[in-house]
Amino acid sequence: MRIRALAMRILIQIRHDKRTLGLILIAPLFIMTIVYFIFNGANTELHVGVINVDDEYVYEMESNDEFDVTINEYECNEEGEKALKDEKVIAVLDMTEDNPVILLDGSEATNVKQALTVINSARLNINLDKLPMNIKMDEWETKYVLGKEDSSMFDTFGAGMLGIIIFFLVFLIGGINFLGERTSGTLEKLLSTPIRRIEIVLGYILGFGILAILQSLIFTLFVVHVLNLEVMGSIYLVILITLLTAITALTLGMMLSTLANSEFQMVQFIPIVILPQIFLCGIFKLSGGWDIAGHFMPLYYTTEALNEVILKGRTISYIADDILVLLVLSGIFITINTLLLKFKRSL
Amino acid sequence: MNNSIILKNIYKNYGKTEVLHGIDLKIPRGIIYGLLGPSGCGKTTTVKVMTGILKASSGNVTILNNKMPSYDMMNNIGYMAQSDALYETLTAKENLEFFAKIYGLNKSQTAKRINYVLSTVNLTKDMNKLVREYSGGMKRRLSLAIALLANPKILVLDEPTVGIDPLLRNDIWSEFKLLTEKGITLIVTTHVMDEAEKCNMLAMIRDGNVIASGSPKELIVNSDSCTLEEAFIKYGKLGDSYEN
Repeated sequence: MRIRALAMRILIQIRHDKRTLGLILIAPLFIMTIVYFIFNGANTELHVGVINVDDEYVYEMESNDEFDVTINEYECNEEGEKALKDEKVIAVLDMTEDNPVILLDGSEATNVKQALTVINSARLNINLDKLPMNIKMDEWETKYVLGKEDSSMFDTFGAGMLGIIIFFLVFLIGGINFLGERTSGTLEKLLSTPIRRIEIVLGYILGFGILAILQSLIFTLFVVHVLNLEVMGSIYLVILITLLTAITALTLGMMLSTLANSEFQMVQFIPIVILPQIFLCGIFKLSGGWDIAGHFMPLYYTTEALNEVILKGRTISYIADDILVLLVLSGIFITINTLLLKFKRSL
Repeated sequence: MNNSIILKNIYKNYGKTEVLHGIDLKIPRGIIYGLLGPSGCGKTTTVKVMTGILKASSGNVTILNNKMPSYDMMNNIGYMAQSDALYETLTAKENLEFFAKIYGLNKSQTAKRINYVLSTVNLTKDMNKLVREYSGGMKRRLSLAIALLANPKILVLDEPTVGIDPLLRNDIWSEFKLLTEKGITLIVTTHVMDEAEKCNMLAMIRDGNVIASGSPKELIVNSDSCTLEEAFIKYGKLGDSYEN
């Protein structure tokens, strides 16, 4: 009863605060639209270099109906490599030898994928036996002249972004809301009533949990129907993961808000708590031991679970570990919050 | 058994600093009891210990024959803090409805009590305004309304009439008198002498000690003074000479 009252109060507060509501519901869609155009810049012109490539093959590449392809011809491998380094082309297809080589500029992950698509789809469209040389290999050799191979595309990012956005907003808005309760004296007022400390924490979880479900529903529908991301697994599992993420973020935000004395000090937690998690949660490939550091971040488990469900269509048994970690973390944070309130009221 | 609140030898430390040095108070039922003292003297800490928000480092608090802190007693105490403790992004009515649910009032009680407390503090016509748009005095009155909401047997009010205009202050004190007639005990902290004079009984607090207690008249007469202010100064000096 009291838990519901608290949850209702939080929802009414946010309804009155139109800007926060907009931030929660609309901002993520805006961010995703930008991310979509970053990774699916469909109308960009692709410059592809060719060395000793059959005319028929060049024609097939140029007439690709998905991308706008421009072909530059070079005499030798060195000339092609120089063009690539000068960033005149994104890829160079060299058919001088029997086994064709593709030189690539991996620093532009999106364009490289598109260039590879163009080269490979041309290969599927023509009869290779007609070509003068023997190119039967399934996999042509690829060589990254610039940058490294990076598989991150909108699909990979999209799944991870859902978790990040939920975590970020719930952490910040939940933490600031609870901080406001402390600084305005309403927490003390609340503690002068017969409410139990755990009821306060659970009330917050219920209120922000409802908000998080709403947010992830709108977010997922937008990403699926407007930005055409395919969710392979169950949408309910996606909601479950985001809900657990929201609870972890909220209880962590509440916990850290006791260390802050103002909203601004709450914002100062962003570079400490949020940014490292974004970099280490698994949407970026890391070298060295940094991927291990990710295992200590709640968002790592969210990202892993979301990737498994959205991209690979896994069922709950496969992501049980991730869910368990999020549950345990939430449990720990809830306990700490309840204990921290003890400093405010002994009972 | 006529005392509704008994504080026995209350000590309170914040870390190493001791702020209350053995407070003893016996507060009879159905009166307005004033805690008079300058800011920083320990009034607020005393009322927080009384309501069970803070736990005394040593000593006992008994309210209506129950040892504090206790969940059961918390429903019998209405507390109004020094800060307004309101949800600024909610309307006055939504604030009241929220606390009614926290106090566990049912629907018909809630409607009745909200109407009553709003008319008591004269905010009925502004109840659907957001608290953010309220003036300082209006916020103070709404805080008072919330403290009255659960129809408590004991009302603890920390500086209740700061920033309220004199006319309304008068009305509110008349309402206090009416409440005592219903058997409600009011504990009011203040640093304003003329307000202290309106209390039935007073405890003068200085540096975490009760320096004197009794009715305002007794305190003036016994110290051979003309005003409460003079009495306060004389009792204060008396305390200092004991220490030396």
